[in-house]
Amino acid sequence: MNAIKSLDDLKNVRDAALAKRKISENSGSTQVIVGMGTCGIAAGARETMKSVLDYIEANNIENVVVTQTGCIGLCEQEPIMQVVLSGKEKVTYGKVNPDVAKKIMKEHVGSGNLVQDHVITL
Amino acid sequence: MKELSLHILDIAENSVNAGASKVEITVLENINKDILTITIKDNGKGMDAETVKRVTDPFITSRTTRKVGLGLPFLKAAAEACQGSLSIHSQLGVGTQIEVNFQRSHIDRMPLGDLQTTFLNLLIGYPQVHWIFNYQVDEKSFTLDDQPIKEILADVALSDPSVINYLKKVISEGVSNINQDNN
Repeated sequence: MNAIKSLDDLKNVRDAALAKRKISENSGSTQVIVGMGTCGIAAGARETMKSVLDYIEANNIENVVVTQTGCIGLCEQEPIMQVVLSGKEKVTYGKVNPDVAKKIMKEHVGSGNLVQDHVITL
Repeated sequence: MKELSLHILDIAENSVNAGASKVEITVLENINKDILTITIKDNGKGMDAETVKRVTDPFITSRTTRKVGLGLPFLKAAAEACQGSLSIHSQLGVGTQIEVNFQRSHIDRMPLGDLQTTFLNLLIGYPQVHWIFNYQVDEKSFTLDDQPIKEILADVALSDPSVINYLKKVISEGVSNINQDNN
């Protein structure tokens, strides 16, 4: 891909995203955090993160910020994913394979319902 | 771990934990010389000589000195099993550079694997870090410096659906143009 053309494409992407944001005027954003320490990576966390990004892209989910974090000391529960809805407590999920990640995105991030089977009580 | 790309993700994680604001990852394949080299250079807090000696030995590493874990010993063992080596250059307050070499054609060399996803995850997952990715096979190379991208995006999130779509396209086209079935 030609680098300059590609940055022009990006400007269009940005402008479209900003225009959409003005229309929706959504309050607050959701945070999704995926554990990416050695333990998480060995347990498949990269694919968990990929699944989250694919879900956001495929379903056009706005206002979700996805980040990574290191080992949080629950290595046996990896891959670990945390969800913070705006104004709510952080919820930690364990054994989150790509399918479980999609389920959490749909039910928790999408509708506000916990995926109980995978919640870890800290 | 089954892919070099997973190791890259893991070592880059160390850089982020060391407080790096800039990380440069280079994967270099030289087919004639039969070498595959991975370099990860950061401007994190660095290590003193004593710590550098310790980080590749899982049996000496003390949990109280620094959280290092098993990532580097795994990678070092993998390189040494393929006529390769792992070296660390680090200076306190300046940063760390990890370089690992493999005999490219060695039967035990792990595949490079899904480099695209490793790059995409790091870029989106640690937005505060300035990432530079280089992938080169002989004369063909792909470089992605995320600075111009972030300048254009300003406060639009990297995990905005259309931005994810854009980044995926740029990274996978870039990597697959270089990496044609030589994995």
